Amino acid sequence: MLRKLANYLILVTLAASLSYFIAGLSLHPQANYEGRNPPLAKSTISKTLDDVNMNPDTPIVSRFATWANGVVHGDLGKSIDGSPVNDEVGRRIGVSTRLLLLATLIGSVGGVALGTIGAIKQYKFFDRFTTLASFFILAMPVFVLGLFLKLLTMKFLGAGTIHFTGETDAEFAGRWDFAALGNRAEHMLLPGLTLILLQVALYSRYQRSTMLDVLGSDFLRTARAKGLKRRAALVKHGLRTAILPVVPLLVFNIVLLFIGATFTEKTFGWHGMGELLINSITRNDVNTTSAVALFTAGLVLIAGLLSDLLYAALDPRVRVR
Amino acid sequence: MSANQPAPSNTSAAGGEAVAALATATAGAPQPPAAVRKRTSRGKLTARRFARNKLALVGLGILALLFLAAYVGPSFTKYDYKFHDYMAFNAPPGGDHWWGTNQGGQDLFALTMRGLQKSLVIGLLVGGISTLVAGFVGAFAGYYGRWVDKGLTWFVDLLLVLPSFLIIAVLSPIFRNASWLIFVVLLAAFSWMITARVVRSMTLTLKDREFVKAAKYMGVPGPVIIFRHILPNMASLLIIDTVIQVGAAVIGESGLSFFGFGVQAPDVSLGTIIADNTTNAPTFQWLFYFPATCLVLIGVAVAFIGDGLRDAFDPNSSGAKSKGRRRKALAERNEAHRKATVAGGSRDVLGTS
Repeated sequence: MLRKLANYLILVTLAASLSYFIAGLSLHPQANYEGRNPPLAKSTISKTLDDVNMNPDTPIVSRFATWANGVVHGDLGKSIDGSPVNDEVGRRIGVSTRLLLLATLIGSVGGVALGTIGAIKQYKFFDRFTTLASFFILAMPVFVLGLFLKLLTMKFLGAGTIHFTGETDAEFAGRWDFAALGNRAEHMLLPGLTLILLQVALYSRYQRSTMLDVLGSDFLRTARAKGLKRRAALVKHGLRTAILPVVPLLVFNIVLLFIGATFTEKTFGWHGMGELLINSITRNDVNTTSAVALFTAGLVLIAGLLSDLLYAALDPRVRVR
Repeated sequence: MSANQPAPSNTSAAGGEAVAALATATAGAPQPPAAVRKRTSRGKLTARRFARNKLALVGLGILALLFLAAYVGPSFTKYDYKFHDYMAFNAPPGGDHWWGTNQGGQDLFALTMRGLQKSLVIGLLVGGISTLVAGFVGAFAGYYGRWVDKGLTWFVDLLLVLPSFLIIAVLSPIFRNASWLIFVVLLAAFSWMITARVVRSMTLTLKDREFVKAAKYMGVPGPVIIFRHILPNMASLLIIDTVIQVGAAVIGESGLSFFGFGVQAPDVSLGTIIADNTTNAPTFQWLFYFPATCLVLIGVAVAFIGDGLRDAFDPNSSGAKSKGRRRKALAERNEAHRKATVAGGSRDVLGTS
């Protein structure tokens, strides 16, 4: 276990470093200052970029050394406008978590439940309906789904009935009292619905297909033959087996959603981690981009460990090894 | 001649089965068993089961239509997708511009068809490549174990830890001036890992099954076991996955293009069209609905096909046959089995399954 952890740490380090090099070589922070009117002096640009450790004239290796040294000491460096990346990331993680936690929980549980029921009632009305619906949802990119929900609410409820831009209305920003909570819930409605629909559709597809594989198996018949009720056999023997291949997927998708919510956050104007990713790249902000990469890599590490642990806990065949 | 072609082919789809069944029935009776007995090949059987699935056929039809529209459609309209019609900005659908125009006066139909071409090709390429890679890597890692497993898993883990969206987005300046095929390779390179993990864990379970062990002790070489015994046993997973991957690739492509990190400016994809028109969409809704519908149709069609294939491939799936027919087939089989055992011995009478 410890060796595994060490291995994962090496992976994360490697991935973060690779990302830094790729970002450092591919992005051009000087583009933010060139071509201004009146033009900035070359030395001024150079000085500004030096301050944030993004000067392309400094060799990438020494820039990396400075950055890595900071990261080891818990400092992610400065963003392109000179503010510390740490504060930015800290604030935005909060936003992303508030957006995703509830949606992910509902989405995962709902997806597994719908998939299981769909498999048991294969080709009945319920199965056909959920299958068709999930096909349509999965065929939509998130921004299309989000825009579609927006256009629908605007059409049927009238523009401005539900406020969906940002985390709160301006007057409630940063407040957590009763009225503000209501406003937050209102703002959560459409992005939350987008995320829930997406996850339910995704997990139910996988769960349905693994459950169907299990349903025809001999051990389920044996379970019934030894006298288990249909429901007990399906849950104890069927669901437990069918959920196994889905577990790594579930864990990965849940954890990776914290960066995957990019589209939802962009569509609905939430200033979370996903939005930061896009903004940092378009602003050629090497340090922030690398910070997001590091954050992502760390999340994948956690997801990998979690899914290993869960898989071992659920499948005795792996534990023996 | 071309006029009466569809009718016979239509009826023969339904009638062909009966004829085939009759043929095997009459051929099966007088001939000696095993040697001459006509077998329905697996491919044929799968195709027949697939053709029985209406949704799958609908999906195939939609996809064929989309391909046709994307490649033939543009020659029917007089507007090129690059042409700006200065007499019609944000014109509603109708008249000369079938699907209206955007803010710059570009014909939305021509534009969407052009985007459709790109999205279709990219999706199919990426989906195929990534599932292929996932199957290979996952099965080899799981089957061989030891250092092969360690090395491959480590590589998969590294790629998984690398944030793909971010890397492709950061690298987008590279293919801004080069071929979009680089974009395809990048998309594929980052989309096979999770499937590979699933394949690997399924291989670990399959490896201990009797039929794999038997093959192993008979001296069948590893790669043959993988391709003949392990991967076919995951056919349903791999097929479902190809489907999800094609869909995911189309979505991934449109997503990257939506932010300007994908297909680049003179060229268009469905993602860039939707992105360019986001701000105008609430007022001029056709700008959103036409390209978005095309995008969704690709995904839906591909998903229908995959689902139909799954049922067709999987011998256990009850949906492959209609209920009545299944019961009848089961009864027939039981009857045949009883007869065979009574007659004293030949094994499986039905050959298939």
